[in-house]
Amino acid sequence: MLYSLVALGFVLIFKASGVFNFAQGAMVLLAGLALVRSLDLMVAKGFPLWAAIIFGIGFAVVIMAITAWLIERFVIGPLVNQDGLTLFMSTIGVTFILEGAAQMIFGSDAYPLRLFPTDAWFLFESHFPGGILVNKLDVWGGLIAGILVAGLAIFFQRTKTGRALRAVADDHLAAQSVGIPISWIWFVVWLVAGLVALVAATVWGTKLGVQFSITFLALKALPVLIIGGFTSVPGAIVGGLMGALPPFQEPSSAGSLWVRARRSLRCSWGRIWVAVSNIGSPMCWRWRCCSCGRRACSASGSSNVSETRS
Amino acid sequence: MLYREAGQFKTTYAEDMAIFPIRQDRIALAILLGIAFIGVPLLATFHIWPFGSDYLLRAILLPFLILALAAIGVNILVGYCGQISLGSGAFMAIGAYSAYKLGTGVHIPLAWLGFAISIPPLPVLSSILLGGLTAAVAGILFGVPSLRIKGLYLAVATLAAQFFFDWVFLRVPWFTNYAPSGSVNAPALNFFGLVLDTPIERYLLCLIFVTVFAVLAKNLVRGNLGRQWMAIRDMDIAAELIGIRPLNAKLTAFGLGSIMGSLVGAAFILILPIVLNLIPTQLGVPLSTETITHLEFIIFGSLICYLLIKEPHGFARLISLGKEKLRLWPFPY
Repeated sequence: MLYSLVALGFVLIFKASGVFNFAQGAMVLLAGLALVRSLDLMVAKGFPLWAAIIFGIGFAVVIMAITAWLIERFVIGPLVNQDGLTLFMSTIGVTFILEGAAQMIFGSDAYPLRLFPTDAWFLFESHFPGGILVNKLDVWGGLIAGILVAGLAIFFQRTKTGRALRAVADDHLAAQSVGIPISWIWFVVWLVAGLVALVAATVWGTKLGVQFSITFLALKALPVLIIGGFTSVPGAIVGGLMGALPPFQEPSSAGSLWVRARRSLRCSWGRIWVAVSNIGSPMCWRWRCCSCGRRACSASGSSNVSETRS
Repeated sequence: MLYREAGQFKTTYAEDMAIFPIRQDRIALAILLGIAFIGVPLLATFHIWPFGSDYLLRAILLPFLILALAAIGVNILVGYCGQISLGSGAFMAIGAYSAYKLGTGVHIPLAWLGFAISIPPLPVLSSILLGGLTAAVAGILFGVPSLRIKGLYLAVATLAAQFFFDWVFLRVPWFTNYAPSGSVNAPALNFFGLVLDTPIERYLLCLIFVTVFAVLAKNLVRGNLGRQWMAIRDMDIAAELIGIRPLNAKLTAFGLGSIMGSLVGAAFILILPIVLNLIPTQLGVPLSTETITHLEFIIFGSLICYLLIKEPHGFARLISLGKEKLRLWPFPY
């Protein structure tokens, strides 16, 4: 369930910019390190814990904002309208930079983080011996994921920026031509991904301690994302997050099915439902186009020209 | 002027189909191979600059060759066949561990059948090659999902190989010959009675492997199989329609890619010495190993981003551009 926090970051960037963000794990690491180091510093200086937490989170948010701006300005910005694979490769580059920079600035040891309770409840102990062990951290994680998903759904569906984000995901060029400021949009996307990474870092940092191996979480979250491990988030969000399930089937068929489902669910309740499931589902219809992996088929051969020539 | 094809007539089909149809290319390649096979060993044996110490050879040239082999394998799979794979590391591990196991002897106790399969320790060369075969089988096995899924989904499916083999080699003590620490010591590199222990001998060994496989890959890519791969990459449905069987094309790519990966793994375990701590002292920079590692990350990442922005098609594109420019040089057209 906690993986869904990391997986959200992937989905977010993919949904909003069509880029598969390999750097999500590194962003979790950076956010976690920024948080835990500033927190420790404040506590060591003698501030009360709540002030330290507020300062630490504020500091981490600022760091993620700077990172988002830098990434947009120097990496993704110059690569606008490039091939999906090129953007993917550039996020690999960003991963290396972030991993190196984060550890160089904030240190590379394992730092314990204590924001959430890590002990467990034993439910129904009176009904049968042993009861059911429920990890409090899992509950917190699920709660946070639920709030996050709901908030993001509203953001994507209801706000102007959210609509612009979806437009950019569909087609960079078309979005630019109708006057959407693409650099601002991408900054927002990376910032939101950074904030999601920060949230993931608070939970995972409590579980594992903030350390380098936290970056591998991202890779582990990926299968979860695809198989649909989201399903354990309770309540209405379960329905919404089922959107992560269709990719389990063959992408092309799921895509068309899903598009049809989206069209048919245009009632008021359905809209919210679809909005939430949107977060999980864009992958299925984005890969739908023929096989070339792009939505605009006419340009599919262009990336290979240089190789066939040599 | 220098790079002009004028006057080089192709009079036979064989000449027309040659790997390097331009004479200047052949000369350049011959010079390069000459430097690599004769020049470097000569300089290294007499310790002439820049081979004053083993550092350049051990810390730069050996990893360079080994990683070049890895890049060829990934290039076949991802670049030519278009199958995005994140499992190359797993195939390297398979190559490394199977070369190690075959090199130290395989013993599979089959107690419930009442006998055991025992293979005596094999010579290094055959254990490396057999390790390659093992990796090919594993690669084909984990390449099967590519027949049904593509793109990001395939990348995740191949990631499964990575996690699976990581887990297997850590958890099953049989693979490490029950070593308590889980790490293995490679057997000596013994080729037909000739023990390769100096860096220059290992360099030559790697160079031979890289050359053989580069020639192999270049020829495969030019040939029938390579055309099938490229057709699958460009559009798999169209490729199927013109009669290319995705099963064959994709699985051969996976098999070959993992063979090369496994060779790299074997090379890593058998050849590559630990050189990490050498770097700061060699450069004379008062930095800790840790900082250097992080700096390396940053520089590496920045290079990727810079190159992607400046030249999204990489050095290969720069070279082909350079060739075209050279053809006209010094006249503008």
